[in-house]
Amino acid sequence: MTFDCEKHILITGFGGQGIIMAGDILGKAATIYDGKNATMTQNYGPEARGGSCASQVIISTEDILFPSVYEPQVLVCMSQEGYTKNIKSLKKNGTFIWDEDLVKAKKHDPSWKTYHIPATRFAEELGNTMMANIVMLGFVAAVEDLVQIDALREAVLDSVPANTKENNAKAFDRGREYGEAILKGRAKQEKSRDRA
Amino acid sequence: MAGKAVMTGTYFMNGDHACCEGALAVGCRFFAGYPITPATEIAERMSRRLPECGGIYIQMEDELASIAAVLGASWGGVKSMTSTSGPGFSLMMENIGLGICTETPCVVCNVQRAGPSTGLPTLVAQGDMMQARWGSHGHYEVIALAPSSPQEMFDFTIRAFNLSEQYRLPVIIMADEVIGHMNERVVIPREEEITITGRRKPTVPPDMFKPYQADPDGVAPMASCGEGYRIHVTGLTHDERGYPVMDAATQENMTDRLIRKIRGNKDKIIRTDNAYLDDADIVVTAYGISARSAKHAVREARSKGIRAGLIKLETVWPFPEDLIRTLAPSLKALIMPEINAGQMVLELERCAGGACPVELVSHLGGGLIHPAAILDAVMAAHKGKKKKKKEA
Amino acid sequence: MTTKKIAKLPPPHPMDSLLRVDRLPHIWCPGCGIGTVFSTIIAAIQKSQTDLDKISMVSGIGCTGRIAGYVKLDSYHTTHGRAIPFATGLKLAKPDTKVLVVSGDGDLFAIGGNHIIHAARRNMDLTVICVNNLNYGMTGGQQAPSTPFGAKTTTSVDGSPEEPFNFCALAAACGAVYVARWTALNVRLLTNSITEAMNKKGFSFIEILTPCPSSFGRRNRMGTGLDLLKFYHDRSVIMNDIDPKDAALNFEGGIVVGRFVNIERPTFIDNYLAAQGHQNAAWPPPNKKTIREPLEKE
Repeated sequence: MTFDCEKHILITGFGGQGIIMAGDILGKAATIYDGKNATMTQNYGPEARGGSCASQVIISTEDILFPSVYEPQVLVCMSQEGYTKNIKSLKKNGTFIWDEDLVKAKKHDPSWKTYHIPATRFAEELGNTMMANIVMLGFVAAVEDLVQIDALREAVLDSVPANTKENNAKAFDRGREYGEAILKGRAKQEKSRDRA
Repeated sequence: MAGKAVMTGTYFMNGDHACCEGALAVGCRFFAGYPITPATEIAERMSRRLPECGGIYIQMEDELASIAAVLGASWGGVKSMTSTSGPGFSLMMENIGLGICTETPCVVCNVQRAGPSTGLPTLVAQGDMMQARWGSHGHYEVIALAPSSPQEMFDFTIRAFNLSEQYRLPVIIMADEVIGHMNERVVIPREEEITITGRRKPTVPPDMFKPYQADPDGVAPMASCGEGYRIHVTGLTHDERGYPVMDAATQENMTDRLIRKIRGNKDKIIRTDNAYLDDADIVVTAYGISARSAKHAVREARSKGIRAGLIKLETVWPFPEDLIRTLAPSLKALIMPEINAGQMVLELERCAGGACPVELVSHLGGGLIHPAAILDAVMAAHKGKKKKKKEA
Repeated sequence: MTTKKIAKLPPPHPMDSLLRVDRLPHIWCPGCGIGTVFSTIIAAIQKSQTDLDKISMVSGIGCTGRIAGYVKLDSYHTTHGRAIPFATGLKLAKPDTKVLVVSGDGDLFAIGGNHIIHAARRNMDLTVICVNNLNYGMTGGQQAPSTPFGAKTTTSVDGSPEEPFNFCALAAACGAVYVARWTALNVRLLTNSITEAMNKKGFSFIEILTPCPSSFGRRNRMGTGLDLLKFYHDRSVIMNDIDPKDAALNFEGGIVVGRFVNIERPTFIDNYLAAQGHQNAAWPPPNKKTIREPLEKE
């Protein structure tokens, strides 16, 4: 029972990865920079670090009433546990996005769109694994139409400490470029397939 | 200093934080608290924000101390609040009673989690509704508000302070874990757009002042500490002078006024947000987070051609008795979704007085009531009518 | 006739300005020491020459708790045990007001025990006067955290099986900057001590041993109020500046009284304001390496 205009997103991982922050930034982008409505709720256990955690985001052009996400249309997994626990909830024709170094994904529902990225590795290359969530946000923004990319980028820069803005901008762009490249590649493939 | 208190702007903010901003915007400058999930974020933000606004945050040794310090600060002339959740709310009950008896303005925000006892610290419930009403001993009236969004956390916190100053009592904000932790758009208006109700001050010299001699609306002006009135304030039954008098007549005068000042002003206090009531024959009455599910269900029902309506209780106490009494005879059913085993539904039943069936949609805590569950109840009530027609 | 009667009214008592005379007579029993304590507090306030609108009194529940109802100050009679946290809020809201907390041993150290230790730790700027009558008087004489080992009360008819607290040692250990103990007989010393404590910045604590002839005295066959005063007179010995741990309350031998602690320490408000200015902030500590690294697994 969701309204058609609502987009339900579930971001999962473990405590300390910035999963809640990622949800917060996504919601902020929609609400403040993209003129939409959003809610962000969180699931967490008693652990501050290491435990499984999830951030549920709903984005809509209308009022959002029921803020829980039961059947996400977009599932982002940054931990194996987050994947195992939640993969079954992903809706038909949904989008599944994961960090390929952290999640070993099995066979998927053929109706899903699937994208993976070594987000944590990219963040490490940029100097700090803590930015994996930002890399992932850039990637999500590129491959899935949730909010305008510029709105999300602005929300990222608005949410991180001033002295890390530059690095986080790089992290975001890295994820976004990687996503855009994948889309381009697939478009090419499809074109060549069409030709064939 | 003052400029920072009202953070005018649009934010994607959680309910706990919005509560803090509402408090600061309306002039709260003292917070005493004790960490407890899911209300900790209120204490954390207050500890950071109050010094910026020239106020004081103190972390007390427990919730007994927190509410006592809040009452003390209020008598010191400063708008004060505390926040807590179930276990802490239980501990605060005795001094909420002191606040009621001594007529001390302050605000207590209870971000509800599932009980009894330690229960589910990180998960939602609405199980303290009757405790908010009757939790302290003796007979009294309370004012309790139930926000259903971070924006309402901001708005209702402002209103809670204004009501507490106007009617001189602790006002309770009955939030819950989801509202507290959920981020959503919060619009903080400009400073001049915020209504602030001040404390009614004595207009007579100290030798003529009786601290509990009420104005016609049942509320007495309040002399704070150090203003030269040198009054006595006690939790014992007291007369207009504030002096303890141990007899039935004084008890009647005092408690009658404590009750009357709320009941007599209920039309100014009670607020509901009604939708589709004009032609409704099934009315869902809901509050807090469950009111969102209720609205969802009512819209769905309307799209199916069912004449469902919604009463969203913004004030849960006092209860909108007159509205329910008037509506009930024309209804097929009143439905109350709540995350407990049936608390406010008892009040709904009492007010309906048997004029229509009253149905509870219950969740025992740890999750939200799904709109589908409410819709089912609406559908059942709708079909119930058709069935009766056939029988007839 | 009537005019003559009016003319015969007694002159006002010098303490009347600080009394709610319209509330008299008070509820305390004949021979009770609280009246004496009350007089010394009033005398101390008068002596301090503080603006009376800048002093307030907070009390809890019990015989002593009723003092707040007779004093003509802004006075708050709160719930059982919660006088100190209420006073904490009042003080923080009105830092220029001297806040006196006057309550009994049960109120301050049993039901309110958690608050007194934390107020002392924070060095909250309060003057706490504890009237110790060795039992719960108002409810008819039950065992309290002050009841001497073996003493009879209505809830320890065969003698208390518990050791009592040494309140002064406890207050000092928790960080009180001024600690003294007197008996209700040491009127002059007590008055001076209260004035001194009121003028002291920070958490000051005075314990006053008072006779409770109606309950404690009667059950322990100690005679009248006068006999109890004599008891304290004969047994108490003044020993200023000794470690309050050694200031024993030995009812068979010596009852040590005196001013035990008088030190300087920044108050809660001092530290709070300093932390805001990020100058002289006590927290975080400069040495970051205080956390011990976890031991390596073998």
